[in-house]
Amino acid sequence: MSDTPAQNVAFVRTSEIPPSPPPTRETGAIKWIRENLFSGWFNTILTLIALYLVISIVSGAAPWFYNGVWEADSIRECRDILAGKTGACFAVLVDRWDHLVFGFKYPQDAYWRPLVAFLLLLVAAAPALFGKIFPRKMLILTAIYPFLAYWLIWGGTLWLPVLVAGSIVATGLVFRLVEGMAVNMRQILAGVVGLLFGLGLAWLLFKGAAELVFIASNIGGSGLSVIPYAVFWAAGIFTYVCVIPMGIFVGYAIYQSAEDGGLVTIVTALFAIYIMLAYLLGPVSGAFNSIIPLELQAVPSRDMGGFMLCMILGTVCVTLSVPLGIVLALGRQSHMPLIKGVCVVFIEFVRGVPLITLLFVANVMLAYFLPPETSFDLILRVIIMITMFSSAYIAEVIRGGLAALPKGQYEAANSLGLNYVQATRLIILPQALKISIPGIVNVAVGLFKDTTLVSVISMFDIVGMIRGPIQQSTDWISIYWEVYGFAALLFFVVCYSISQYSQWLERQLQTDHR
Amino acid sequence: MNKTIFFGALATAALAAGIAGASTLDEVKARGKLNCGVNTGVPGFAEPDANGVWQGFDVAVCRAVAAAVLGDPTAVEFVPTTGKTRFTALASGEIDLLARNTTWTFSRDVDLKFEFTGVNYYDGQGFIVNRNLGVSSAKELDGATICIQTGTTTELNLADFFRGNGISYEPVPVETGAEGVQQYTAGACDAYTTDASGLAAQRANFEDPTAHLILPEIISKEPLGPLVRHGDSEWADIARWTLNALIAAEELGVTSVNLAELAAGTDNPEINRLLGSEGDLGGMLGLDSDWAARAIGVAGNYGEIFANTIGEATPIGLARGLNAQWINGGLLYSPPFR
Repeated sequence: MSDTPAQNVAFVRTSEIPPSPPPTRETGAIKWIRENLFSGWFNTILTLIALYLVISIVSGAAPWFYNGVWEADSIRECRDILAGKTGACFAVLVDRWDHLVFGFKYPQDAYWRPLVAFLLLLVAAAPALFGKIFPRKMLILTAIYPFLAYWLIWGGTLWLPVLVAGSIVATGLVFRLVEGMAVNMRQILAGVVGLLFGLGLAWLLFKGAAELVFIASNIGGSGLSVIPYAVFWAAGIFTYVCVIPMGIFVGYAIYQSAEDGGLVTIVTALFAIYIMLAYLLGPVSGAFNSIIPLELQAVPSRDMGGFMLCMILGTVCVTLSVPLGIVLALGRQSHMPLIKGVCVVFIEFVRGVPLITLLFVANVMLAYFLPPETSFDLILRVIIMITMFSSAYIAEVIRGGLAALPKGQYEAANSLGLNYVQATRLIILPQALKISIPGIVNVAVGLFKDTTLVSVISMFDIVGMIRGPIQQSTDWISIYWEVYGFAALLFFVVCYSISQYSQWLERQLQTDHR
Repeated sequence: MNKTIFFGALATAALAAGIAGASTLDEVKARGKLNCGVNTGVPGFAEPDANGVWQGFDVAVCRAVAAAVLGDPTAVEFVPTTGKTRFTALASGEIDLLARNTTWTFSRDVDLKFEFTGVNYYDGQGFIVNRNLGVSSAKELDGATICIQTGTTTELNLADFFRGNGISYEPVPVETGAEGVQQYTAGACDAYTTDASGLAAQRANFEDPTAHLILPEIISKEPLGPLVRHGDSEWADIARWTLNALIAAEELGVTSVNLAELAAGTDNPEINRLLGSEGDLGGMLGLDSDWAARAIGVAGNYGEIFANTIGEATPIGLARGLNAQWINGGLLYSPPFR
C-alpha cells in the first residue's frame, strides 16, 4: 500500500460520509412513544383508555384548583365569590392555618417555639440518619435535642429537662465506673445496690398492701361488690406476705448478677431508683429555677394540636419504639425463661389488642384510677401506648431479621471470644437490622399515620381538628375536600420522605453477599 | 415485681380519688377553674372560633356556671369530648359538668348514675330529603337509604320509628355530622336524619337550601341539657339553678343591658331575690348573693344567648319554637326563685 503512488488512484476518500439520521420513526420521542405506548394493538387500546381517563380527570379537577378561592371569611362568602362555578374554597386553609398546624389552643405568641423545634429536629436527625455524611461529633446535638425540644414545645423551666438529662449522664458514668472495677469491688457494689433496691421495693409493697386492704374495706362485702371486695382483700394479704421475700429475692438477684457481668441489671436497678425519685424532679427543678430562672411560658398537653401533635407523636414514638423493639426481639430469643416469657407475653398481648383500645384505656380508663388532680400528662399516656404498640410490631420484624442470619454468624462470634453484648452489638444486630429495614420502615410509616387515631379520644390532631372545630364551625360548616386534601398532602410528604430515606439507606448498607 | 408496684400505685391513686371526691364545689373553688365537657364541634352550640376561643350555646352554660361559682366566665377548662368519651369523662371526675347536647333519657339518668340539671334546648329528630325524591312525609320513606350518626340516640329512634310504622330502611352509618352531610349531598343516602336543630343548621349552608326539604315528622323527644355526677346534690343544685336563673331572667325581663340597673334593687321582689338585693338565695347554694347576676352578666339571659349563638339572625337560623318561654307558648318554665 505504502509504495502505491497516490496519483495512480482515481479517487481517494479523505473523510467519512457523515452518518445519515435514522428514520424519524426510530428516534427520540416518537420511537419512545411507539415502543412504549403503541407497541401492539392491545397496548394501543390501553394507552388510549388511559389517555382518556387522565384527560377527563385533569379537565374535571383543573377548574376546581384553578378557580380556587383563597380569600374569604366563610364558606358562604366562598360560594358568593364563585357564583355557581366549580371551585375549591382554599380560604379555609388560610383562615385556619394556625389551627391546622398548631391546634387551636397553642398560644399564638409561642408559635415560634415548635417551629424552632422542628428546624432543630432536621439538624439533630441528620447525623443520626446520614452517619457517613455528617461528622460524628454532631451526634452530641442529637443527644441534647430531645430535652431541648421538650423545653421548647412544653415550656416551663429549663431545669427539668436538664435534671433528667443529668441523671442519664450520671448513669452512664456509673456504668463506665463499674465496668472498670475489679470483680470483688463490683460484687460489693452489686450488694449495696441490691440491698437498697430490695429495701425500697419491700417498702413500696408494704404501702401498696395497706392501701389494697383499705380499698377492700371501703368497698364493703355486700351484694355484687363482694367479688371486688374479696379480690382486693386477697391481693392485699398476698402483697403483705410477699413484702419481705420479694425484697430479699430481687435484692439477691441483683447481687448475684454481678458475677456474670450483670452490669445491665445494676444499671436497670439504678434507673428504677430514679423512677422512684421522679416525684422529686418537680420541686428540685423549681428550686433551681428560683436561683437561676430559665423559663418559657408553660403550655399544657391538652393545648397541643394540629399537625404538630402528629409530628410529636410520630417522631417520639418511632425513636422510642425502635430500641425497645430491639430489646424485645432479643429478649424473645433469650435462653432465660423469665425474660423470654415476659417478652413473649408482652408482644403477643399488645399485638392482640387494637391500638384504638389502648388509646381508650390511656384516655378514659386511667382516669378512673388516677385522682382528678394528679392525672398524669395525656400526651405522655398516649406516647406510652403508641410506643408499646409499635415496639411489639418492630420486635417481630427484628426477630425476622435475627432468624434470617445463618447460625454460623452466632457461632463465629462466640468462637472469637466475644461475650453476648459484644457479639450482639458487633456481629448480630448490624446484619439483622439491615435485613429488617423495610419492615421497620413499614411499621414507622404505619405508626405515623396511626397518630391520627388520637382524634377519637378527642385530642385535636390534624384530623381531629378538621372533623371537630373546622367542619363543625359556623363559618366552615361541612367543608370537606379542601381540608382533607391538605392533610393528605402533609402526610404524603412525610411518609414519602421516610420511604425514600429507607431506600437510600438500603443502598448504602448493601454489601452484596452474592 | 413491676406489676405489684404498678398495682400499688394504682391503689394509691384510687384511694386518693376516693378521699378527694368530697365536694365538687370545694374542688372547683380550690382549683380556680371549672372543668367543663363540651362537644368537639357542633355549629352554634360549641365551636372554637378562629382565635381558639370556645363559643356557642352549650359553651354559654359552662361560662355561666363558672361566673356564678368563680366570678370569672373565662375560668373554664373546656374538655372536648366525643360521643364515646363523654360519659366516662364525667364519671371518672375528669370534668365537673358536661354541657354537650346530651339527650336526657331514663337510662342515662338512672343507670349511668348522672343527674341532668335541666334542659337548655328542646330538640327532636327529623329528616331531610332532596325535593327531587318527591317525598313529603317520613312515612313514605319505605326502603330508603338513610345516613345516621352511630353511637347516638338518633340511631335507636330511627329503628323504633320504622319498626312502629312497619316500613323498612337501609342505614348508612356515619361518624360525624359533617360526614353525614357529605354523604347526603353526594347522594350516598336518600335522607339524612339527626336532631332538627342540626338539620336546619346544615341546610342553611347547603349550596342550594331550597332544593332540600325537612320533613314535618319529628320522631323523638330530645331534651338536651347539662348533667353532673350522681351523689353531689349541692353541685347539681348550682348547675340547675344557674340554668334556671338564665331562663328566669328572660321571663322577668332582665337583660345584659339593664342588669346593673336592676341589680341595685327594683319593685319586683322576684327580680330582687334573683339578683341578690333581697333574701339570701346565693348563700343557700354556698355562693355569694350576686351569683345569678354574674351568670346573667356573661352573655345575657337565655333569650339573648339563644339569639346570639343559634338564633334566626345567625347563620344557624333556628326559630325559638319549643324553646320559647312558657308565656310565649314554649316549654321553658323556670321554677320560682323563692
